[in-house]
Parts: sequence; structure tokens; C-alpha cells
Amino acid sequence: MASVAVERPSRFAVAGRPLLQRVGLMLAVAVGLWAFWEAFKWVGEETGLKLGQFTVNDRTLPHVHDIVGQLFEPSRRNGPLLIEVLWDAALFTAKEAAIGFLLGASIGFLIAVVLVHSRLLQRGFLPYIVASQTVPILAIAPMVVIWLGGRGLPDWLSVSVISAYLTFFPVTINTLRGLDSADPRALELMRSYAANRLRILWKVRIPASLPFVFTALKVSATASVVGAIIGELPASIQSGLGGAILNFNQYYASSPPSLWATNLIAALLGIAFFLVILLAEKLVVRRAPEHVA
Amino acid sequence: MQPVPRGVFARRVGRGVRDWIPAVVVFLLGLALWEFGVKALDVQNFLLPPLSDILDALWNDRSGLVDAALFTFKEALGGFVVGSSAAIVVALVLARWRPLASAVMPYAIAANAIPIIAFAPITNNWFGLLSPWSKIVIAAILCFFPVLVNTLKGLTSVRPASIELMRSYAAGEVEIFRRVRVPTALPYVFSALKVATVLAMIGAIVGDYFGGSQDSLGIVIRRDAGIFAFEHAWAGIVIASMLGILFYAAVAILERLAMGWQPSARIE
Amino acid sequence: MTVVSLQKVDKTFGKGGVTALQGIDLEIGEREFVSLIGPSGCGKSTLLRIVGDLIQPTSGDVVVNGKSARQAREDRDYGIVFQDAVLFDWRTVTKNIALPLEMLGWDRSRRSERVREMLRLVELDGFESHHPWQLSGGMQQRVSIARALSFSPPLLLMDEPFGALDEMTRERLNLELLRIWEALGSTIVFVTHSISEAVFLSTRVVVMSPRPGRITDVVEIDLAQPRSAETREHPRFFELVADVRHKLRGSDELLSEAELIVAEEGL
Repeated sequence: MASVAVERPSRFAVAGRPLLQRVGLMLAVAVGLWAFWEAFKWVGEETGLKLGQFTVNDRTLPHVHDIVGQLFEPSRRNGPLLIEVLWDAALFTAKEAAIGFLLGASIGFLIAVVLVHSRLLQRGFLPYIVASQTVPILAIAPMVVIWLGGRGLPDWLSVSVISAYLTFFPVTINTLRGLDSADPRALELMRSYAANRLRILWKVRIPASLPFVFTALKVSATASVVGAIIGELPASIQSGLGGAILNFNQYYASSPPSLWATNLIAALLGIAFFLVILLAEKLVVRRAPEHVA
Repeated sequence: MQPVPRGVFARRVGRGVRDWIPAVVVFLLGLALWEFGVKALDVQNFLLPPLSDILDALWNDRSGLVDAALFTFKEALGGFVVGSSAAIVVALVLARWRPLASAVMPYAIAANAIPIIAFAPITNNWFGLLSPWSKIVIAAILCFFPVLVNTLKGLTSVRPASIELMRSYAAGEVEIFRRVRVPTALPYVFSALKVATVLAMIGAIVGDYFGGSQDSLGIVIRRDAGIFAFEHAWAGIVIASMLGILFYAAVAILERLAMGWQPSARIE
Repeated sequence: MTVVSLQKVDKTFGKGGVTALQGIDLEIGEREFVSLIGPSGCGKSTLLRIVGDLIQPTSGDVVVNGKSARQAREDRDYGIVFQDAVLFDWRTVTKNIALPLEMLGWDRSRRSERVREMLRLVELDGFESHHPWQLSGGMQQRVSIARALSFSPPLLLMDEPFGALDEMTRERLNLELLRIWEALGSTIVFVTHSISEAVFLSTRVVVMSPRPGRITDVVEIDLAQPRSAETREHPRFFELVADVRHKLRGSDELLSEAELIVAEEGL
């Protein structure tokens, strides 16, 4: 997945609005969304709304409070609470995703650093790096799992590899763009100091590339979680969120809120990864605000 | 001021035929490596059958694979159209009412961070396992957020001086929108649409992992992997990839037609 | 006939904030070429925008072309040129110049005729189908001027239009601007940082100073018309430049050395 432009919230005010007002607005939107859900549900049930096979009822669209409430119910008779089960599953998946993310980001970064020094290499390899994203890697997932499994590597590592594959591409492309974005005059200055390539890389190109890198990392954060969840399926891993989703999917008829709750946790995991990167970005990157209308 | 070649990608890869030579060389080397390296290194059929075997399998079942590919492509295309149009409409609305936009944006960004694919089982329950609609909805949601975020960014990235100029012509909000904001947004929109093609294909194919129609490519590949018919599985992957590239290229061509004026893409 | 009249115009930004302008009284008659010059923060750009109703004064009266500034803007009584050409990348030179005409509802043939005229006026024939990024900075500014004049407004407001250009291009464009001014009989209000430019172009130079932004002096430029490259070497030219510089320096004891240098940069 290529880069996506993401808005950067400013420090304490956005377009002159104070923090409190902004938080208030956001809460209002959250409440609005909840109200919209419940309203849609109510209207759909009253009018018997039908879209193909889709009807609105407690099975297809549980109440929000039922979904959240389900987390605090036992996941099976006399078993642990759903939220405990999902928490463990989330941690498991998080581990796979984190390793995949680090692996993919490092590889992506390295590839970009190598490519930025040679237009020839860029021209040779970039088309394929771009095309690689059109290969549905997740379709290859079963093969990857079997291959690595056959080599005696633990299952979750295969999942991390899949995760890494989804991570490296945005990082490569954006890092390359970022490294290239260094001010030519700054580069000239460094050359006047007889700095060698490595020095120039470290002192000028990499700092210039950071905003781009973080844009990519935000996309990759999500991609790594997606890769981890989906990767678990062909590997038949039970302990992660992917397995949990499959499990509760099987029992959907008897407890619809359980699957929804699982998805909620998966969503929160994705958001958590994203927020970590966002926080890191705020700490690391300082950039002049854009002047736009 | 010299005209700058179009597109960051084009600039890197080169516009002249001569510039494509390295890529062609790598391609040929890659093919050779695939075909002979696989045999030489005795890589198990699992991972990577020799290219010739894959092409054989592809040719032998070309009609079946093409049918499956088209089935999946319809799901992807449907999701792409629904998701992108909805996103553009919402972006237009939000650009008009900025306070609403800044309140909604965090949610759009958060939603972009959610593994949407995880909702495939739910849409399967909604529309039935076999219905293409369950995948279309997934693909649509996948496309929606990137297109929304990018379109909104484009609509609101206008230089203040341009607005002042339009005000000096006593232009109203609607005219400013039509004459300035929309053209400014186009590069952003197309960049997001290109990403969306990839996402839609992924949504359609990977959505199948949680179950789908036997006619769809994702299920075909998965089933093949399950019965160790790897050449056929890879043939399916090759077709899926080619389809993805064509889809992307179609949007890229549309972009060229709509924005022939683009001096250099700041966005890919 | 007075084209622009400002009486006791004040402008403060923000509550109890910066006094950008205080007690501005200025009258500009038809066919005058008036330059506003002063160091950063003297409010000259703000003043220009008040005339154009792009900013509203905190108090005072603004009459443009016999109407309120707002009405003058809505009636398209002026054209404006910024330091940045502000051309639309997605339009050709022709379509950029035609922008205000489109908005005025002119039909196609009338538009293309006028655009042709304008291109001839700014000496850019042959560049009709070019895009802004294919042109040099000076050419872009000429397109911007052509656009500002395309609908023949009686008044032209220019905010350091040549500020981003090199000296040679600047001098050449100065001459072109004077030629256009004479040909069209417009009234021009011109904001600049350059003393020599102000003296060369204007019939009157208005000297401003900051904190608070106000007019401290007005220098009548009695150089012969039409001006030419030789005018720059005329003794009277140097006298006037020295006079303006003197007034700039003396007008505010608080001017820092740096601001002085900036104000003198033209010579």
C-alpha cells in the first residue's frame, strides 16, 4: 500500500480552536456516531429494511452496549471473561505484528538507503517494488507458512514475515522520497566540508527524510497488524486475534456480540500501533507548519 | 524555469525508452533466476514452482482462471467505485464545513488504522458467504478512508494568496470551490485512487480467506494451496497480480488524461 | 477626480494587539502612480489590502472610485498583482489571463480577443498555450499583470510585484509597467521596498514608518515623463532618491540598522 496523506494535529489548537473545544467536538462526534448506529438499528428493525440478504436485527447489528457488555461475560461456560481471552490474543498478535513491523521497516529503510545512491539501481528495481504490492501477498501466505514451517521455524515467525512484507513497501517508497527531498544546497554545503557519503547521509538526508518515514510508518503500523491477523489463518494459529475471529465466527449464531467484540479489540490494537507511531513522530519530527487555506 | 518531468515515479524510473533498460534487464534476470535457480537450488514446489510449470498451469486452465479473476475483479471494482465515490462526496461536504472536518478527521484516521479485513466474517454473515456483496463492502470500506483523507487534504491545501486573488474578483465560496479547490485537489484524489485500486483488490481476494464463493480467485488459490496444487495456485496469483497492475494502470491513464498539465507530482 | 480616498483609517489586529495603521489620510487622483514605501511592519501591504477591501479597517473612511471599498471590489474596480504571481498551474497562460473575464461572464470570442490584446501589451505573444511552470519568474509576473488588467479596471494595486526578481529583469519590467500605465491611463498604487524603484516609477512617493504604521512624508516626484532608462542617471533622480532615503531614515529614530539597510537596498 503506497503512502496516504495523513493530517497532523497541531499542538494545542487547530485553526485557532482551543484544545477543550476540540475535544468537546470529538466527543460530540463519537456520541453522534453511537446515536447514528442505534438509530439506524431502530429504523432498520421497525421498517424491516432489507438489502439483499441483509436485514437489521440483533444478529446482524447488535446494540453497542451489548457488544461492550459481552467483553465482561465469560467467553464460554465457566471460562475466563471474554476480555481476558481477547487481551491475551491481542498481545500474541501484537508480538507478531511488532516483530514484522520492525523487520519490514528496517528492510524497507535499508533498501531505500541503498537505492538513493544509484539512479541505475532505482530504475532497475523500483518498478518491481511497486508491482510487488499488486501481488496479493496474503494469497501467498499459505505457501510462506508451509515453507518456513518446513524449516523448523515457529509458526508465529511466518506470520511476522507476512507482516514484514506488507510493512516494507510504504517504508521503502517514502524513505526514498524523503532521502531525495534533502535540500540540494545543504548537500552542496556538506560537500564543501569534504564530507563522505555516509556523513551526508547521516547529517542531512536522514533528518530530511524523517517526516516521510513517519508517514509511511503510520500506514505500516496498520498493515503489520493486518498482516499478522490474516497470516494467522493459514498457519492455523489459535492463540492470536485471527484465530479468535475464526472461532467466534463459527459461533456467530449463538453469540453475535462476541465476534463484534473481537473486532473491536482488533480495531483497538490497530489504533494502538498507530498511536505509538504518532507519539514517536511528535517527539522526533519538528516541522514548520504549512501555510494553507 | 525548466519543465520538470511528470511524476516522482517517472522521474526516478525515467521517461525515455533508454531509461527503462535497467528495469527490463532486471526483469529478464529475474525470470531467468526464477526458472533456472528454482531448479538448480531444488526449491520445493511448495514455495516456487519453476516459471514454466506455472505458465503451463495458467495456459491449461486459462478460461477457469480468467473467470475466477473476473469474478473477483467485479467485487474489487464494485468496492472501489462505491468506496471512492462515497469518500469524495463526504470530503466535499467536510471541506465546506471545516469545524465538522476537524472533529471527524481523528475518527477517519483511526478508522484507517483498523484492520478492516477483520470485518469480513461479519459481512459474510450479513450478505451470505457466497454473495459478492460481502466482499464489495469490505473493499469499499478499505478504499473509503484513504480517498477521504487525501481528497480532503487536497481540497484544503490551497495557497492563501489564491483565495485573496479570487476575493479581489468578488468571487463567492462556490466559485472559489469550483475554480480553485477542486483543481487543486485533483492530484491528491488520483494519488489516493491509485492506492485504492490496490486496496480494493486486496479486499476482494483476502476477504475470501474467511470464506467465499468457489468462483472467486481467493478461494481458488486457497483451495489449491490446500491440496498442494501449487502451480495452479501460483498461476492464480500471477493472474491476480496482472489484474491488479492493469487496474492501477487504468487509473494512472485516467490521471494523465485528466491532468495533462501536471508539472511534477508532489504526491505519487 | 479622486480615485482613492482614505480618511483617518486605523487598523489594529487582534484585541489590544498590533496597531498596523494609525490615522492614515491619503488621496490619490486619476492617473497618478503612487508608491508606498517603508520598512517592514509599516503597514504598507495592509493599507493596500484595505483599499482592495481584502482587509477591513478598524475605523476610518475608505472611498474607492466614489464608492465604498466593498462596493468597488464587488464592481471589480481594481486589479491586483501580488509578489507571487499566483497563477493557476492547471490553466494555460491564456486561461489564466481569462480567469476574471470568465467570472465576469464574457463570452468566448470577446475573451480570446482581449487575451490576445493583453498578451501583446505585456509582450508575451507566442506563449498562449504555455503553463506557468514553463515560464520564468519575470514572465509569470507579466502574465499576472496581464490578468490584472484584462478587464480594464481604473485602479491597479500592486504589492511588491517585482520583489522576487533580479535587478535587470526588475528594471526592464519597470519600463514596461510605465509603458502600460501610459497606454491605459490607469491609476496605480504600488507597494515596494526599493527606493530607486519607487522614485523611478511614481508621480508621488508616500513614506511610511512602523510602530504604529503611519504616513510620515510625501515626496512629489517631478521627473519628466515619459521616464526612460536615462532617467535613472539624471541628477534630479539621485537627489530625489537621497531625499526619500533621508525621510525614511529620519522618520523613525527607532529604525534598526538592519531595517535601514533593507530600506536602502534599492540603491
